[in-house]
Amino acid sequence: MQYLLLLYGDEKLSAKMTPEELGHTMGAYRAYTSALQDSGVYIGGNPLQSTETATCVRGAGNQARVADGPYAETKEQLGGYYLIDAPNLDAALEWAKRCPASEHGCVEVRPIRVFTAEEMNGASQQSAPALA
Amino acid sequence: MEHHSNPRPPWLEAECIARESYGKLVALLAAEFRDVAAAEDAVSEALVAALTHWPEQGIPNSPEGWLITVARHRFLDEARRTARQSKLLDALTSSELPQPFSIPDRRLALLFVCAHPAIDPAARAPLILQTVLGFGADRISQAFLVSPASMAQRLVRAKRKIRDAAVPFQIPERSEMPERLEPVLDALYACYTEGWSTPLEGVQRNDLTREAIWLSRLLVELCPESAEALGLLALVLYLDARSAARRSDLGDYIPLSEQDPALWNPDLLDEAESLLLHASRLGSPGRYQFEAAIQSAHIARRHSGQTDWASILAFYDALLQYAPNPVVLINRSVALAHVHGAAMALKSLAELEGDPRIGEYQPYWAAKANLHDQLGETQHAELAYTRAIGLASDPAVRRFLIERLGAGNKSFD
Repeated sequence: MQYLLLLYGDEKLSAKMTPEELGHTMGAYRAYTSALQDSGVYIGGNPLQSTETATCVRGAGNQARVADGPYAETKEQLGGYYLIDAPNLDAALEWAKRCPASEHGCVEVRPIRVFTAEEMNGASQQSAPALA
Repeated sequence: MEHHSNPRPPWLEAECIARESYGKLVALLAAEFRDVAAAEDAVSEALVAALTHWPEQGIPNSPEGWLITVARHRFLDEARRTARQSKLLDALTSSELPQPFSIPDRRLALLFVCAHPAIDPAARAPLILQTVLGFGADRISQAFLVSPASMAQRLVRAKRKIRDAAVPFQIPERSEMPERLEPVLDALYACYTEGWSTPLEGVQRNDLTREAIWLSRLLVELCPESAEALGLLALVLYLDARSAARRSDLGDYIPLSEQDPALWNPDLLDEAESLLLHASRLGSPGRYQFEAAIQSAHIARRHSGQTDWASILAFYDALLQYAPNPVVLINRSVALAHVHGAAMALKSLAELEGDPRIGEYQPYWAAKANLHDQLGETQHAELAYTRAIGLASDPAVRRFLIERLGAGNKSFD
């Protein structure tokens, strides 16, 4: 079972970190990533640039509108993610508790959706993609 | 299992098994299917099948085994039809399934799933009622004063989360047990208080107290060494023992301190006392043991004739460490008034002023009114009584408060 860990935190605080604090944080994430890898649960993961760099596209083709800024203004922002493979929710939550982001921010755990054969068949019969 | 000289007719047998085994069957199959809703559907269908087959073909040797086999087939048929969970399907069809004659009891795991920290707290108690006892969503919604549609939605959402997020059907490890047991106890207690705090007129809600006691007994049976599970069972038995004394013949509310001990059920009180004693010997104190200890101190006057308020206050102080919430603080103020006077008690309530949770909390205003009354502060008492009366939802409590207000202010009538 795969889970996406979404790492939320106040990016203003991370921007204000001293080089020493930044070093500590980097070290913590390096250690966490290696622990995930050594345990065989790691599939992937990356930090993200700040929401200042975000751009949103809404509408398709000629209708597409491109706008500067993140999808939503929030107190804590998505700052990175891990994709892991864990046997069940409890195991995934254990990893979320170990994640450095949960100390000052929040780690949202979302199961990856796997479409059933029935759902796949249903989707292929429609001319347009099922995702809305 | 009881023995009957006359065999029960098959339809009655099916109904009795449904009542006794429902939760056990759902728990077992939910763990196998990793899907609570699918297990409920399969068990319901198996019970319907039993009602048509048993009267014709006689009751099978192992009725539960028969039901499990039928329920499994129903689930597998459905799973094949929708081609859902193909990996699980392979595992289920190829693996050695538990034989019907040794049906393991997975209800404890199911309780932990229903009260998992990842489940919406408002859904936990209803979910337990539905999966372990087979209550319908409409009946649960009446008990929790929520519309049937939103209760159904809450339950469906919780079950979908259990399946899609893969909440494990496991009994937590020893080290995590206290933390994981807490929401289970809270859900069962919520179930009890939901039934208790409502007017006696509501027969359905009265049911809820009985089921909460049944589930608490089950939890103690399954976790006999958990001091807090014992504490919870003791607590609900103390409360239940006093149920006949809470209302006069006319249906008027009678506060605990004015209840007639002769109306308390001595067997239930004795059982509660011995459970609490057993719990305290396990040496791991907690919220429910102190809640029960307070009840124990209150009912001690059935022998001594006097209420030991100093002990009650000491138990409240201990309880406050485990459950630092306004409700405990308000109840504690009553004991504080008895030991150190109403002025001190009012001072302790001042801590709560401005707390958004107490603005509409009737017992806060009733306690405050009573304390002002004791100090002869008539105007303050009147204001607080009026507020409490406006917030009371139980007609008996409302009448009681109106009488209290009238006693302090003769012009009220």
